[in-house]
Amino acid sequence: MKVDFKHIQAAHCENGVTTNLLKHIGVNQITEPLAFGIGSGLFYIYIPLLKINNGPAIAFRTMPGLVFKRTCRALDIPVVRKKFSSKENAKIFLDQKIAEGQPVGCQVGVYYLPYFPKEYRFHFNAHNVIVYGKENDNYLISDPVMETVTTLNDYELERVRFAKGALAPRGQIYFPKENTIVTEDQIRKAIKSGINRNVGAMLRIPGNIAGVDGIKYTADKIKKWKTKLGLDTARLYLAQLVRMQEEIGTGGGGFRFIYAAFLQESHPYIPNDKLLEISQLFTKSGDTWRNSAVQAAGIYKGRLSAQSDFDDMSDYLYQIAEIEREAFKALSKIKW
Amino acid sequence: MKKKEVPQDPSSLNNFTKEVCYAVDETGKYTTDLSTGWSVKSSALNVAWEDIENRILQAKTKVLNGEASPILFYMEQKLMDITILSAYTGFFKWTIKRHLKPNVFNKLSDKKLKLYAEIFDITIDQLKNIRFNES
Repeated sequence: MKVDFKHIQAAHCENGVTTNLLKHIGVNQITEPLAFGIGSGLFYIYIPLLKINNGPAIAFRTMPGLVFKRTCRALDIPVVRKKFSSKENAKIFLDQKIAEGQPVGCQVGVYYLPYFPKEYRFHFNAHNVIVYGKENDNYLISDPVMETVTTLNDYELERVRFAKGALAPRGQIYFPKENTIVTEDQIRKAIKSGINRNVGAMLRIPGNIAGVDGIKYTADKIKKWKTKLGLDTARLYLAQLVRMQEEIGTGGGGFRFIYAAFLQESHPYIPNDKLLEISQLFTKSGDTWRNSAVQAAGIYKGRLSAQSDFDDMSDYLYQIAEIEREAFKALSKIKW
Repeated sequence: MKKKEVPQDPSSLNNFTKEVCYAVDETGKYTTDLSTGWSVKSSALNVAWEDIENRILQAKTKVLNGEASPILFYMEQKLMDITILSAYTGFFKWTIKRHLKPNVFNKLSDKKLKLYAEIFDITIDQLKNIRFNES
């Protein structure tokens, strides 16, 4: 059984799955930046105390699953989403949907994903792929970060769908329920609500660890890393910060560029030139994230090690926080 | 990022995929380009792997000195910690901590050993009679 399905590569897995699934049901206008922006994907959070792979827990985007959920809701597209406690039922449901010709999004863990190179296989459970068919014992897989489609056998797919640990997928499967035509007007509305929600997430979440404040919080922390953790652990922490920011399927600095692209793509729907100006601020933020990564690399490669180098790193993050604060404030002031 | 600045460094992505990057063209318009990788990212990944190899080495020494059971070695080799291993096995964390002691490990039933072996992608024999020159 094979569904007529078009694989389009994306910068980020969930954006890609959302875009491809929506295109499949006839939402021709959707693109990766639009899905990301309508789903209010841009975020920042530093969760203190929690450790991931023995380093700090930092995220540059919203919780996994939200981009798909919010984008569909904003466009009035009903969604089916299911988790399973039994592996058998998960397989039966998947097989049934594929037999009906329905491509489905699956949340998977990357550690046991055989087509990933070993270097990228960590216990990270919020990767997303589309299953769009089955030939013999092989499921046909469209992984948005891959250039081409691939396959997984029964055992391999079950194993990644039931990966364990933080954010365990529990066989999670999701797809838009029916074919729909989305009007320009619906997209216009969705863009506005997506931007407003993102302003809220970055500027108005209480506490100091999330949004723009979270970036500042991280900057404060980085200043103390060398004396508090010792140079070796501080190096590891910075490498982790950069990996969370730029790693394949994760984005970070990359997410800022996608958001800038989103604002540009919004302009034809909402011809307000402010969007183009603010887009440039996000480009500046993405560029500064990249410069900060170069500075961090100087430290974790061992070329830089003085406290002043950590202070410089920290200054980059203060700059970024200010740029993003300015950008979101400007977005919040747009009169729609 | 300008389109001509999209990094094209060698990385572990080679022979696997290229990454989509969003960048602006000469007219300031966003477009996508494929990147083979970025040295700043590759070296961050290398730092992470150096740390992992270190932890594996330490685990190996502990197993050789009889201070820990082979489960510790395979756990580190598979990039797990006790929380993840507990989620995969269904054992409580404190149970796993006990299994990390050589004298408790030596008395484990084949059923439990098989569970660990499956998760680690090895045979029961490799788990029980760990030989380091092969791994």
